[in-house]
Amino acid sequence: MKRKILSAFAAAFLLGALTGCSGGSDNSLVVLNYGKYLDPEMLELFEEETGIHVEYEEYESPEEMYTKYKAGSIDYDLACTSDYMVQKLIGEGEVLEMNYDNIPGIKNLDQTYFEFSKAFDPENKYSMPYFFGTVGILYNTKMVDAFEVNTWDVLWDENYSGQIIMENSVRDSFMVPLKKLGYSLNTTDENELQKALDLLIDQKPLVYAYLVDESSDEMVAGNAAMALVYSGEAAAAKIYNKDLDYVVPMEGSNMWIDSWFLPKTCKHAQNAEKFLDFLCRKDVAMKNFEYVYYATPNLEVYKALDKEVQNDPTIFPPHEVLEDCEVLSSLDDDSTKLYNDLWKKLKSN
Amino acid sequence: MRKLKRQLCAGPYIVWIIGFTVLPILMILYYAFTTPEHRFTLENVLSIAEPIHLKALLLSVRLALECTVLCLLLSYPLAMILNGLKIKRQSFIVFIFVLPMWMNFMLRILAWQMLLSNNGIINSILQALGFSGVSILNTPAAVVFGMVYDFLPFMILPIYNSLVRIRSDVIEAAKDLGASNMIVFFRIIVPLTMSGVISGVIMVFVPALTSFVISDLLGGGKVLLIGNVIEQSFMQGMNWNLGSGLSIVLMVFVIASMAFMNSHTKETEGTAVW
Repeated sequence: MKRKILSAFAAAFLLGALTGCSGGSDNSLVVLNYGKYLDPEMLELFEEETGIHVEYEEYESPEEMYTKYKAGSIDYDLACTSDYMVQKLIGEGEVLEMNYDNIPGIKNLDQTYFEFSKAFDPENKYSMPYFFGTVGILYNTKMVDAFEVNTWDVLWDENYSGQIIMENSVRDSFMVPLKKLGYSLNTTDENELQKALDLLIDQKPLVYAYLVDESSDEMVAGNAAMALVYSGEAAAAKIYNKDLDYVVPMEGSNMWIDSWFLPKTCKHAQNAEKFLDFLCRKDVAMKNFEYVYYATPNLEVYKALDKEVQNDPTIFPPHEVLEDCEVLSSLDDDSTKLYNDLWKKLKSN
Repeated sequence: MRKLKRQLCAGPYIVWIIGFTVLPILMILYYAFTTPEHRFTLENVLSIAEPIHLKALLLSVRLALECTVLCLLLSYPLAMILNGLKIKRQSFIVFIFVLPMWMNFMLRILAWQMLLSNNGIINSILQALGFSGVSILNTPAAVVFGMVYDFLPFMILPIYNSLVRIRSDVIEAAKDLGASNMIVFFRIIVPLTMSGVISGVIMVFVPALTSFVISDLLGGGKVLLIGNVIEQSFMQGMNWNLGSGLSIVLMVFVIASMAFMNSHTKETEGTAVW
């Protein structure tokens, strides 16, 4: 979801993983991660340093990860996925408690992100943050002035009628008016949601389209002035069109976290902990950051970065914004239904 | 022995029909009339009366009708022109009209999305010529446009086929007896092509009524048809029961409209596909 990759990559790695399986040595580790979410050189380095053989497998979306894991044909020792999916798996009793004492390197991680993780892992028992990012406005600097996009209000500005792209998914689109009104993006209060819906209905005539993956393509092509996107997509879009910039409005936004966890199928917990410790190490985390280029919770890496990168809001949300950011938590059935009904109301309006 | 052989030949078709038609429909029926807790309910089917769903259904019917009328208005004269041409040219032009159908329909709709976008080719040309650009994309008009583009061949071909079948001596006889061109058209040609028109109407109206991809791509997620409601209840809402309930209603709607139109073709033996 956070990252588009060619399934060819996944297939190639899968093939590698399967052929690797036949080795059958016990000093191994089976890892499941998003595509292109780890510097392959770091895998080699880990194998060299520890002698542990890593069978590395990739997937594209949290839903795909869930299906792969549930299929049960491979016993994964360690996996990484997004906040709400971690919560879902914890809820299903599929996640083992993590012994942080065996991962000394974890002290390099900023405690702030463990606080954020409480949205899906309330007692910080099951997960370790890996990368994170935000949802914000990708805008064309030739059409919109930077000071305007400091607030979500700009998405209701009639001067940009027909120039605004929203996310075609219920939670992401409702996040905006909820934050604009100062509510929590995990609210289940009917009144608050009704007010948010009213705002979205007001906004609909100004919206160019509700899109998901196409948003950044449309922005690169210059078909719209602003789009609501994930920071990862924004970084990719900026490479193709130099006029684009990304900002997280000051009212706050959704912050997403991709975290490591030990699934119940874990057979090599010690190796998994060694691997996590390895990932926290400054030199490794730095190489990894340069490869993935998403915001890292590793404080040591952050401190060593150039000012320019530190202050790039496409990667690191400024601290005052982060204070108002929240992590999505999954909803119960009734609230899911409520959200979906409101979403349909918006679409049919 | 022979009989058995013949029955065996039908085997693959029976497996096909059971696996891909009968079983899915039974599953839809089961989901439609149960709650997630597997209890019987009519709620899913009756939810079509909810204002949102009703509105989506009515919008679908409206757009499907607009699309059908436009297709008919475009196809009938074209089929007449085609019929007047020499045989060799006829087949060539029919070939030209069928040619786009060789390409994947999603690709063609995606191409229209790019052509019609704010900075798309059509607007660039218009602006280069000094006109102001059009912003038709992401409106119901764009959805109708996409449907017409997509379903036009399904209207042309049956009408053209029924026109070809009219024997020229019938028309000559009418003219010999003093009928004017107008009378020949309305009293001879129109009635004799009615079966083609009706099968064309069905083949355009039904897919237009149930489509959801075109409205998603060319409507920019702003045009909610009943097909989109069903798709969303499966994919986003994870509410298979509601989706199935609405599907049943839509199926009844489709069958009813087909039955209505077929009841008007019984007398004329023709090219009806259904």
